[in-house]
Amino acid sequence: MNLTGSIETRPDGNNLVVAARGTWTLATIGGLDKDVRAISPSSGQTVSIDLQDVGLLDTAGAWVLFRLRERLKSEGFTAEFAHVGGSHEGLFHHIVECEEQPPMNLQKFHPFRRLADRTGYQSYQMWLETKAMLAFFGEMMLTAAGALMRPRRLKFTSIVSHMEQVGINAMPIVGLLTFLVGVVLTFQGADQLRRFGAEIFTVNLLGISFLRETGILMTAIIIAGRSGSAFAAQIGTMKVNEEVDAMRALGINPIELLVLPRTIALILVMPLLGFYADMSGLVGGALMAVISLDLSIGQFLTQLQGAVPMWSFWVGIIKAPVFAFAIALVGCYNGLKVEGSAESVGRMTTRAVVQSIFLVIVIDAIFSVIFSFIGI
Amino acid sequence: MAQPARLEPTLEARVDDNAVIRLRGVVNRFGTQTVHDGVDLDVRRGEVLGVVGGSGTGKSVLMRTIIGLREPQAGTIEVLGRDTRALDNAEAKELRSHWGVLFQDGALFSSLTVAENIMVPLKEYTNLSPRLMEEVTKVKVTMVGLPVEAGAKYPGQLSGGMRKRAGLARALAMDPAIVFLDEPTAGLDPIGAANFDQLIRSLQQSLGLTVVMVTHDLDSLIAICDRIAVLIDKKVVVGTIPELLKLDHPWIQEYFRGPRARAAFGS
Repeated sequence: MNLTGSIETRPDGNNLVVAARGTWTLATIGGLDKDVRAISPSSGQTVSIDLQDVGLLDTAGAWVLFRLRERLKSEGFTAEFAHVGGSHEGLFHHIVECEEQPPMNLQKFHPFRRLADRTGYQSYQMWLETKAMLAFFGEMMLTAAGALMRPRRLKFTSIVSHMEQVGINAMPIVGLLTFLVGVVLTFQGADQLRRFGAEIFTVNLLGISFLRETGILMTAIIIAGRSGSAFAAQIGTMKVNEEVDAMRALGINPIELLVLPRTIALILVMPLLGFYADMSGLVGGALMAVISLDLSIGQFLTQLQGAVPMWSFWVGIIKAPVFAFAIALVGCYNGLKVEGSAESVGRMTTRAVVQSIFLVIVIDAIFSVIFSFIGI
Repeated sequence: MAQPARLEPTLEARVDDNAVIRLRGVVNRFGTQTVHDGVDLDVRRGEVLGVVGGSGTGKSVLMRTIIGLREPQAGTIEVLGRDTRALDNAEAKELRSHWGVLFQDGALFSSLTVAENIMVPLKEYTNLSPRLMEEVTKVKVTMVGLPVEAGAKYPGQLSGGMRKRAGLARALAMDPAIVFLDEPTAGLDPIGAANFDQLIRSLQQSLGLTVVMVTHDLDSLIAICDRIAVLIDKKVVVGTIPELLKLDHPWIQEYFRGPRARAAFGS
């Protein structure tokens, strides 16, 4: 079987015969295309495109030959096919249909225009997103108010189950990570402060920074990654399975059934986790202080008691429910925004994590400003 | 015309006995459950073969076995004269360019536009210039009856019927010799399904395709299938509808003589 194609032109009186030969398929058309584009008859010639010796022809080959004829026609020549095989006619039928359509616009913009386009689009999306999230916040508040009026409507089993999932199940990872951060903070602090002969203040550094900021911030970030994503994925999967639509159709408010239990559970659990994180960080710090500062546990505790006012602890814990609320809100919001496919679940879960960590840090900054105003 | 262009001539000779796909003694097992127990099947060049069977009889498994997505426990599978299980990677890849597959919901790559989806095989297998590739893509888009605007759209922006058409365009991108269709009309309304049947029939005739389609749609079976392969008792029985009706098997009788079949036959 001939696996190459060729095209040649020969004059025939006042005619030009363009003879296509051999295989005209995707396998050969890449090379033939250039030759076909190069064909240019001298003026006044009538062109006959002879397909007699074409063996294999597919849609791509037919398209290239058809395009040659149309180009010659538009340049003012008389151009016709000759000897089109019976089995090839069907192909040209499809090509003619295609030619009647307007050109395909694949939207290849200039890079700068695309940049501007995307900047504008994304900014507008961000604005819409903020509005939508505020609307969701409002809806959630109204539902919560309704549910608190009739506490029987709250699903206590569901709340307790979520408390286990987001609280108790998170304890190993939260404990381990904050313990390690306590160790690292003490080690680094001791190393720096030793140069001033002020190693003992490492305990102050550890106590204040951990209780006020690090403990709760670490917890919130871990929970955002762990539970914020889980909320989005759980609710998102239910959305894909149309379970959420089924609830609405049955007259059940999905916010009351899905969002409130998760949010309440997280708000209840987060301060506890924050306290646990503080303690675990201090234990890590104490261990490191004993090893690298040659302090006894008693000395460590005495120093800590003198250094850390009670308020430092409350400043940390007070933020916990707010962080919890933000994480639950963002996670559930993104879960409910899932639409269509499984791919959307993945995208929304990622967004839930990014947005909730972002929000946690912004809220933490706002708290810092407020606390510095009121002087604690 | 749409014959395998790059297979060696010696193999062509073996293809010419009119069976483009030949299954012998194919066994498929999932754990202890045997789905196919010695399936023999010949698919002739240029025919439309419908594959039917009750739920769980392994229609899709059979299709996945032929296209090499599943390794059978035993048996031989020849496609275009080649034993698919004995090919090395390069040959297997080459063979894959000679068939197209339409998965149930199109299985379009969701991050690419329809036009880009059609270009995936073209980029993988050919050396077309970007300009020619775009032109060929447009031919495919219009060939399956999509409006040209659909080329720039993402699969998520299309209706189910349009996604199937786009999936068919991608399956036909390489002008394959064989096209596999998995439930092509499932999920379409009756008018859309009838149109899709006609599209398959007309493309099959003009491009000289061999079509293997798994379907439950009695209307498509009657309208466009030349022969029907029925999966019963872990084996395959092939024949035209009149031939199958002569067989005295309860499932076949029930399938082709049930109320839905009577409605489809219009008798």
